[in-house]
Amino acid sequence: MNVADTKGRPLLAVEDLRVDFPTRKGLVQAVRGISFSLGREKLGIVGESGSGKSMTGRSILRLVGAPGQVSARRLEFDGIDIMSASEAQMRDIRGERISMVMQDPKFSLNPVMRVGEQIAEAYRTHQKVPREEARRRALDMLRAVRIRDPERVYRAYPHEVSGGMGQRIMIAMMLIPDPDLLIADEPTSALDVTVQLQVLAILDDLVTQRGMGLIFISHDLSLVASFCDRVIIMYAGRIMEICDAKNLDAAQHPYTRGLLNCLPQIDGDGSDLPVLQRDDAWLEHGL
Amino acid sequence: MTSEAQNLQAMGWRAWLLSSSPTSRNQARLGRAYIGWLAFQSNPLAMVGFGIVLGLVVVAAFAPLIAPYDPNAQVLTDRLQYFSMQHWFGTDELGRDIFSRIVHGARLTLYIVILVAIIAAPIGLAVGTTAGYLGGWVDVVLMRITDIFLAFPKLVLALALVSALGPGIENAIIAIAITSWPPYARIARAETITIRNSDFIAAVRLQGAGRMRIIWSHIVPLCTSSLIVRVTLDMAGIILIAAGLGFLGLGAQPPLPEWGAMISSGRKVLLDQWWVATVPGVAIFVVSLGFNLLGDGLRDVLDPKSGEQG
Amino acid sequence: MIAVRNLDVIFGSGADRVHAVRDVSFTVAEGATFGLVGESGSGKSTVLRALSGLNPDWSGEISVAGEAQTPRRDKAFFKLSQMVFQDPYGSLHPRHTVDRVLMEPLSIHGFSDADRRIEQVLREVGLGPQFRFRYPHQLSGGQRQRVAIGRALILEPRVLLLDEPTSALDVSVQAEVLNLLQRLKKERGLTYILVSHNLSVIAHMCDHLAVMNHGAVVEELEVSQLKRHAPTHPYTRQLMTASLGYDRAAIDSFQDFGISE
Repeated sequence: MNVADTKGRPLLAVEDLRVDFPTRKGLVQAVRGISFSLGREKLGIVGESGSGKSMTGRSILRLVGAPGQVSARRLEFDGIDIMSASEAQMRDIRGERISMVMQDPKFSLNPVMRVGEQIAEAYRTHQKVPREEARRRALDMLRAVRIRDPERVYRAYPHEVSGGMGQRIMIAMMLIPDPDLLIADEPTSALDVTVQLQVLAILDDLVTQRGMGLIFISHDLSLVASFCDRVIIMYAGRIMEICDAKNLDAAQHPYTRGLLNCLPQIDGDGSDLPVLQRDDAWLEHGL
Repeated sequence: MTSEAQNLQAMGWRAWLLSSSPTSRNQARLGRAYIGWLAFQSNPLAMVGFGIVLGLVVVAAFAPLIAPYDPNAQVLTDRLQYFSMQHWFGTDELGRDIFSRIVHGARLTLYIVILVAIIAAPIGLAVGTTAGYLGGWVDVVLMRITDIFLAFPKLVLALALVSALGPGIENAIIAIAITSWPPYARIARAETITIRNSDFIAAVRLQGAGRMRIIWSHIVPLCTSSLIVRVTLDMAGIILIAAGLGFLGLGAQPPLPEWGAMISSGRKVLLDQWWVATVPGVAIFVVSLGFNLLGDGLRDVLDPKSGEQG
Repeated sequence: MIAVRNLDVIFGSGADRVHAVRDVSFTVAEGATFGLVGESGSGKSTVLRALSGLNPDWSGEISVAGEAQTPRRDKAFFKLSQMVFQDPYGSLHPRHTVDRVLMEPLSIHGFSDADRRIEQVLREVGLGPQFRFRYPHQLSGGQRQRVAIGRALILEPRVLLLDEPTSALDVSVQAEVLNLLQRLKKERGLTYILVSHNLSVIAHMCDHLAVMNHGAVVEELEVSQLKRHAPTHPYTRQLMTASLGYDRAAIDSFQDFGISE
């Protein structure tokens, strides 16, 4: 199911992506013409609330609801033009080629269906396989996200599992069709730090083993810096800076520097934190 | 004053109302109401409903000026006439002008609707919020009483009450009010329970506010909007029950021009002179529809769940 | 200023019985900031709610400003101690203006110079008079949290209980609110108890902290110990490793610390 050969061609190419919302008070530009490309890597998109990071993730799957309008000079996934794809083509892409994990698993799982059946169902919508085969695959997948007792979890209902477990189940469900690209929108912000890292480790391993691309959307700059390969820093719908995660400490843009500086440090001296000074000029000079 | 100056002044008012930093309590309150009005205004069906209800109020207020005849004046020589220039909606079996009776009937309808609303809604609100906030045995007792009222069909209970109290419009109003409050209590209780555990209620508790203060100044204002919507939507039902009681001869008594009673008396001649019963029927239909449309529109504006941002 | 001894909180009974806080004891000196850190379900917020008077189902001893407290508090207690909540969107009444929010405690306690106090507290929390008649939906998350802090301060309490006051905010706004809290503490000589899951925030704000897990305090330590990366309990060490960021190798060594009786 993996893409045959993508040498020299990025998995995802985005040029001049815009998302606009017409409101009574005028046009609100959630995303203002951003461009980036993604290979088989872990790409982080970091920004504060209202930076347009979630809208960017959603527009790749064409999931921006009305009245939002998405436009782009180029939005290409593995040679497919997302902007001009038909709704039927998009249904094939969603879930099978590109999956998305959201912040709160409780809203994404059907509350009256056993979680195992939901995972098996997700598999069967894309693969014409017998029930027994789907069940076996679902159990394998639960094991792959390191659930200790997959048989028991398979039979559980969503309300019977903890937040961390729920997020693992969501990841299992999203990864069972073996997608080429996973978009994770704040997948772990509702979880405790240790559980958060365990879930990220699962994602990390799966990305490495299967050669997927991962877009990791988060507000947590230090987490993204330690987890991803590259980081996109967004502010007010624009990209301020794209840099290698390893070199984030050497980032040049004042916004990135401001974000890094205003984080309290465990070994800091407890004096006043530097407050981020915003500059309207940043809106004009996005990447 | 030139039109430009007028325009500027109008713009000034608008800007003052829509200001994001009001300078007084009243400006904040009016601004909020204005934003609600703008949202309401953008819904054409709601405006139709608002127009009908406004029309009802105007007609009721100026009934003696609008009605060309005395609603109870009998002219037996002009019985059961069809629509004409003299009698727009014809005349009934006693030769009374139906248009004048409809116009005066609007007063009765409005009277019933308003009295029921101001009796039933506060009772429901008080019972529901008290039960919901205090919980425990207070909740059990109040809600079981509510359940008992809810267990009877509305019209049957109203009939029983009217036959016990005696027919007449006041008794009909009391009967309808007594049968209408339980659903409001239910709604208010459900809303209260969701509000009760929110942080802003915890915050006022931590300021030392007493229970009554919390219920009246923090919970009740949040329940009223959904209650207003519900009451408006129920108005149609109240009009119909009032008309039903009138039709059965248990509501307004002759010769009061109550619409239900008019249908009842027109029923006898329905096959030959259809308009005698149909015209008041259309009036009931239009006014009920008006209240329903208004209620739907209000829900979009007032419902706390449909977003606060104007 | 605050002493808690052998605090137990039990919710429900029978099969639903939850022992949320187990035998917790700590003391906080006047003018200090004490941190309670732990993961969700550790009981840290429950301790705070028992202290604040919101939750009466506790046993043990709680004393504030030298006075032993019972589960039911009187009005005077609320002038002594106030609380700031986590969610700035849920802690303000959606139909009340900032003015009304700040007026409420003043009218409950019968203050007469309400106008002056409201203007003063708005200035102190860094909001100008132009915010006074706004509704919560016209404010950003950080501004709402400033209003909530203003509401807590307007009765001039000596103790402020802070329940994850910045975890719902963006990091740049978090920095502003933490700075504000530090400044107010200095100006007014307040005593803070800060509940957070974020070790960096605790390390930045506090002098002393207690680490909680499954309702019990596993370790109490000085912040200097934390800054030297020298906590003793393995649970604290794991929490510390986790808050330093993603480290694939370290994660495999994470353990699940169960309830130790």
